[in-house]
Amino acid sequence: MTFLLQQTVIYTVPLILVALAGVFAERSGIINLALEGIMIIGAFVGAWFVRIMQEGGWNEDAAQGLLLLALVVTAAAGALFSLLLSFSAVKMKADQTIGGTALNLLAPAIVLFLVNIVFQQNTLNLRYDAPSWFMLFQTDFGFERKAKLGLVGDLLLNKTYLTTYIGLLIYVVLAVILYKTRFGLRLRACGEHPQAADSVGINVYRMRYLGTSISGALAGMGGFIYALTTSNGAANGDVAGFGFLALAVMIFGNWKPLNIAIVGFLFGLLKCISACSGTLDINGDGVYLLAQIGVSTYVYNMLPYVITLVVLAFTSKKSRAPKAEGIPYDKGQR
Amino acid sequence: MKKDTARTLWNDGTKTVVASLLSILMGVIFGGVLLFVVALCLKMPLSSAWEGFRIVLGGVFNTGRNYDAGSALTFGINARLIGDMLFRATPLIMTGLSVALAYKTGLFNIGAPGQYLMGTAMSIIVALAIDTSVVPAFLVWILAFLAAIAAGALWGCIPGLFKAYLNVNEVITSIMTNWIAANLVTLLFDGSRFINNVDFGKTGYTLKTATNGVATAKLGLDFGGGNANAGFLIAIVFAAAAYIVINKTTFGYELRACGSNKNAARYAGMNEKRNIVLSMAIAGGLSAAGAALYFLQGDVEFYWHTSMALPATGFNGIPVALLASCSPIGCIFSGMFMAYLTISGSQLSTFTAYNEYIANIIIAVIVYLSAFTLFFKGLMSAKKKTITVKSEDAKSKAGEEMKRK
Repeated sequence: MTFLLQQTVIYTVPLILVALAGVFAERSGIINLALEGIMIIGAFVGAWFVRIMQEGGWNEDAAQGLLLLALVVTAAAGALFSLLLSFSAVKMKADQTIGGTALNLLAPAIVLFLVNIVFQQNTLNLRYDAPSWFMLFQTDFGFERKAKLGLVGDLLLNKTYLTTYIGLLIYVVLAVILYKTRFGLRLRACGEHPQAADSVGINVYRMRYLGTSISGALAGMGGFIYALTTSNGAANGDVAGFGFLALAVMIFGNWKPLNIAIVGFLFGLLKCISACSGTLDINGDGVYLLAQIGVSTYVYNMLPYVITLVVLAFTSKKSRAPKAEGIPYDKGQR
Repeated sequence: MKKDTARTLWNDGTKTVVASLLSILMGVIFGGVLLFVVALCLKMPLSSAWEGFRIVLGGVFNTGRNYDAGSALTFGINARLIGDMLFRATPLIMTGLSVALAYKTGLFNIGAPGQYLMGTAMSIIVALAIDTSVVPAFLVWILAFLAAIAAGALWGCIPGLFKAYLNVNEVITSIMTNWIAANLVTLLFDGSRFINNVDFGKTGYTLKTATNGVATAKLGLDFGGGNANAGFLIAIVFAAAAYIVINKTTFGYELRACGSNKNAARYAGMNEKRNIVLSMAIAGGLSAAGAALYFLQGDVEFYWHTSMALPATGFNGIPVALLASCSPIGCIFSGMFMAYLTISGSQLSTFTAYNEYIANIIIAVIVYLSAFTLFFKGLMSAKKKTITVKSEDAKSKAGEEMKRK
């Protein structure tokens, strides 16, 4: 059980972060289909940065500091890359779906081009094993190696990553900002009724640039966290549709942070089950329950999308999608 | 009056073509600049970047290196590569048509990769499952082709139904159906008898359909040992048919009417819901047909572990359609251009230190820029507009003065 929950949390954190990234863009009025692409860029920049630092002789004792720095760098990279989207959507008033698709095509192409030419292989790996550098064990928190911490303690303090805490913290802070501050209200206004927002003196263009940049920063960070915690920090121009899964989480969560957290956990669980259904021993009694049921991993993989489709079918009338998303704001139009 | 409309149409058409060419030009220049930047950063000789750029431009006219003359690049007619280009263009034209047709009805068919995958799976399964010693091979080919189209149409229907009856954005549902297809296809092949267990070096590939004797007729298009076959001609026929349906039939008119104004179409008595579903179904069928034409060639393998990635050919239907401004005939040329770039990419990794992904970068940049088509067109017509407005102003002023007098 502990292992299952630990793994689920590892999948959930990047998932809800990237879903929140989608929320910030869409609430400001820009459809961000490029989440997947931005994640790919974030994973790549993060891996490269960590590798350079490791090769430059960064001390393993200060590994957590390196992780923090890497998060900042990947957020910056994601925000920068997302500027391509906001420029096309805000300044050029171009179709946002096409812009997002272009970035989704561009990101893996650039990453694979550079990785192949610089490292002569298809995958950029960290210099050292990611878990051995970055994973936190209960001994790191001052507990004995054999001490029993119970389920919650194990979940919070053993075999975890700093990124989990930071990710959750950022999630809560940004969700509060979106709903409880003046800035959040203004941002949401731009996604609902930009003309009204403009009429009371809010700069819609600036808000949309900001919303998309926050979105990019979150997605870039999420991409790096995903790669670090689930695939040993390797960057190969691919996050296996995780960005689109986040999009599904956002839609199922009805663009609301609390719902998204719940849905994210559910989909994270499914993702985790699909990743290790063959070897998962839920109760620790030596019975591989899921393996015995014998449902293919691809079914678990498929389920989130099927569920989202079904939910869409039943709730389409109650959808809280931002009203003005996808429509370029034109000052002259009233 | 008639002459005037003809001229404006011609102008608009020209502007569209020029805007597309402008996107292509800027995409290729970006690729070239990137080659030089990388060469500078990695301290590679600049001559290698120059060679790379020439290969990107040369594409299918690259005939390798002349090792007697300092291994200089040589260019000329390369029949094999031209054949390969036609073969690779075949599915691209079809997915391009798929995106273009949906776009005419006001729908963005980002579901092409999923439909393409369903077509791939169905065509391969049918082509391998029916014993050709019982049923003639050409009949199996036709059955596989039709099965693929049916599967793709079904897959396209889903977003169409959601859009028509529940008003859910087709982009969202298409993304969901894409990833459902990606996992479903892997599920279908996982443990099935269609997997290649013969060549042990190769895991994760399906059997070639030629192992069951099913292969598209060559019709003499396999010049120079290239892969082209009758599939390319079929794609052209489909493009021509799409052109006729969209531009010359009542049904096509209804589709376009729904695309330009759904409410007006309903007001005029058209069944806009049916049209949306039909448009998506046809689009799905076209994508899947493209997949069938590619994989029924007989000698290509399909990597069936698709649960992690969607086929690029599906997504590349979007640039094909955008470059052609959604004209079916234009899709033939833009599809061939995309195939040309892909060949350039593979030549690049064969002959230089660079790799094929530069072609994907150029394509992505072109897609990005093609979203600006309206802007480019506006730029081109801006000057003209002001002139006409001024002259009209002058006319009306002159008229007013006349009245005063």
